[in-house]
Amino acid sequence: MSLAAECPECAAKIALNDDVISGEIVQCGDCGLELEVVRDGSVTLRPAPEEEEDWGE
Amino acid sequence: MSDQARAAIVGGGGYVGGELLRLLLFHPHVTVSQVTSESRAGQYVHTVHPNLRRVTDLKFVSVRELAPCDILFLALPHGEAARTIDHYATLAERIVDCSADFRLDDPEEYAEWYGAEHPAAPWLERFVYGLPEINRNRLRGARYASGVGCNAAVTILALEPLARAGLLRSAVADVKVGSSEGGAHPTEASHHPERAGAVRSFMPTGHRHEAEIRQALGGGFELSFSVTAVELVRGALVTAHCFLESAVEDRDLWKLYRERYENEPFVRLVRQKTGIYRYPEPKILAGSNYCDIGFEADRRSPSHRVVVVAALDNLMKGAAGTAVQCMNLMMGWEETAGLWFPGLHPI
Repeated sequence: MSLAAECPECAAKIALNDDVISGEIVQCGDCGLELEVVRDGSVTLRPAPEEEEDWGE
Repeated sequence: MSDQARAAIVGGGGYVGGELLRLLLFHPHVTVSQVTSESRAGQYVHTVHPNLRRVTDLKFVSVRELAPCDILFLALPHGEAARTIDHYATLAERIVDCSADFRLDDPEEYAEWYGAEHPAAPWLERFVYGLPEINRNRLRGARYASGVGCNAAVTILALEPLARAGLLRSAVADVKVGSSEGGAHPTEASHHPERAGAVRSFMPTGHRHEAEIRQALGGGFELSFSVTAVELVRGALVTAHCFLESAVEDRDLWKLYRERYENEPFVRLVRQKTGIYRYPEPKILAGSNYCDIGFEADRRSPSHRVVVVAALDNLMKGAAGTAVQCMNLMMGWEETAGLWFPGLHPI
């Protein structure tokens, strides 16, 4: 793993495999957010689409 | 510093004494030489602490039989250690006192919060307040360490990064606590029909642990501190409503708390976006030495409110666990020795 990106939620540094591709889902080890890889020259992460959980609302 | 030491526990019949014993019996550098209890002298320790059955064949002894050792843990009722500290200091080079007797530096503060003059005031300056996260350097090699108040410890760890950064204008901290905080001696209030199902305001104002928090964090902000007894055996959870000097976002809080605690072996940041345990809960910390801390900025608040939530096991990180952590520092051992139990799930 030589690539690194930042979690958009908590700014944790996340290590990624060299061959990571766009659309892959990774999870932030600090805040637990699932993140989608965007690779277009550089590598960035954005929150992956998720189903809202019902917390009693 | 020696790799091995003999430790004794004075007042080993209570809950904190039992936890100390559980930890020390599995500690890689410690042999437990004696455990005292006046009311249980002559009985096997597992008579009182059944989880230790077949773990040890130690029996309680009277404090009159206490022999010299390398480190002494005092787990006595309030005021006892202060009255007898001169004697205990002749028996051991190092002492960790788990009571509130030596937590405050200032004798006047002690008199203010405890309603009486300190019976051994010259000893106050010899003790180091025993919370490694704020006093690590002073605890290394120290001879005398105090214990911590469980409610104080969880609140100090929750608020310290904000206070240190000068962000904190005021904080309203409510601690929910379990019944073991009240100790092993039954009272009318602990009688099962009275205690079961309780959500009972224990000390809305004036709780003594407030003095420890103020001493640890300084007076640069207004603190409102309350304690509520809830339906738990072990555990303390603080919900601290913090009003800041300026607005922050969650990412700022992550940065602040991460920088402060990333090297702390027993502080974890818990602010999960998924799953059930999104914020700290004492339930999964039972038996462990962790303090879990979470936070959230209220983006709608005109007074820049941030809610900080922190949890620990009151008998562990709030008492015996931190006492052992202090011992490790005092003796020059690895700070985490004997303290790696991660808790249970489910529980």
